[in-house]
Amino acid sequence: MLELYGTKLSSRLLLGTARYPSPSIMADAVSRSGTEIVTVSLRRETAGGRNGGAFFDTVRSLGVKVLPNTAGCHGVSEAVLTAKMARELFATDWIKLEVIGNHDTLQPDVFGLVEAARILVGEGFQVFPYTTDDLVVAERLLEAGCKVLMPWCAPIGSAAGPLNPMALRSIRAHFPDVPLIVDAGIGRPSHATAVMELGFDAVLLNTAVAGAGDPGLMAGAFCAAIEAGRKAFEAGLLEPRDMAVPSTPIIGKAVFS
Amino acid sequence: MKLIVNGEPKEVAAATLEELLALMDYEGDWLATAVNGEPVHREDRSVHSLNTDDRIEILSPMQGG
Repeated sequence: MLELYGTKLSSRLLLGTARYPSPSIMADAVSRSGTEIVTVSLRRETAGGRNGGAFFDTVRSLGVKVLPNTAGCHGVSEAVLTAKMARELFATDWIKLEVIGNHDTLQPDVFGLVEAARILVGEGFQVFPYTTDDLVVAERLLEAGCKVLMPWCAPIGSAAGPLNPMALRSIRAHFPDVPLIVDAGIGRPSHATAVMELGFDAVLLNTAVAGAGDPGLMAGAFCAAIEAGRKAFEAGLLEPRDMAVPSTPIIGKAVFS
Repeated sequence: MKLIVNGEPKEVAAATLEELLALMDYEGDWLATAVNGEPVHREDRSVHSLNTDDRIEILSPMQGG
């Protein structure tokens, strides 16, 4: 069973709440995904506005745990302040820490990320850092006090799937006991299966479901794909071979000539 | 008094953060606030005095990935 900061979870899918055609479609997708954690964000509320309240009511009605993010933050102080405000609003020490370093790729500023993680851990946060697949950065984040790592497999929203399986394998191999969640870049259920087969503990995705023609149906597809990948990993996968190996035994074969 | 509220200059006669929220028609328990880069918790808004040119952030939950 997956355990994140002491919370035991049956589902290995974390789902974002953005970009759905409507709140009811989002709620349906969350339900059919089987997820127990959804990600949310914080934005400026307009005077007299009630948008945030209506959205929050929908999220609360889903009965799932909330993981607030610092999406869109481009600096350490901005990310830390957003995390603190999220903690008060959502009443949780969990924070998905994003410190963006590049506008085009939304690649994390890994230097700022480590610094922000260290500050937030020091203030009692349980940090889920959105990072790259860089092994040394992963090590620094763990040294900063993170107990979970969330490397990307491709840029956010790219739907490109795992671009560097070797790097992902390397992180998995170096940190066998750290919960690893692939966050960002997943486009298809087969991508999710692929990273789960590598031994990752969970997948966080949003656009691949929200942007599908039928988000609810796609949410179910991802649920099944992630479960399949996990079971395959636990069962033990065959390594590819260059030459054929007969599956039917040769011993006892009749000789007709 | 001149204040910067969510990045916009405002002229508001509010002595405290709580008064500012009321004057600008913010209500509900889904708001998080900060003044000059420091969070101000809900229970402190009524005693948090505002000064000219203070930068106030008023945030609420939003969809996120």
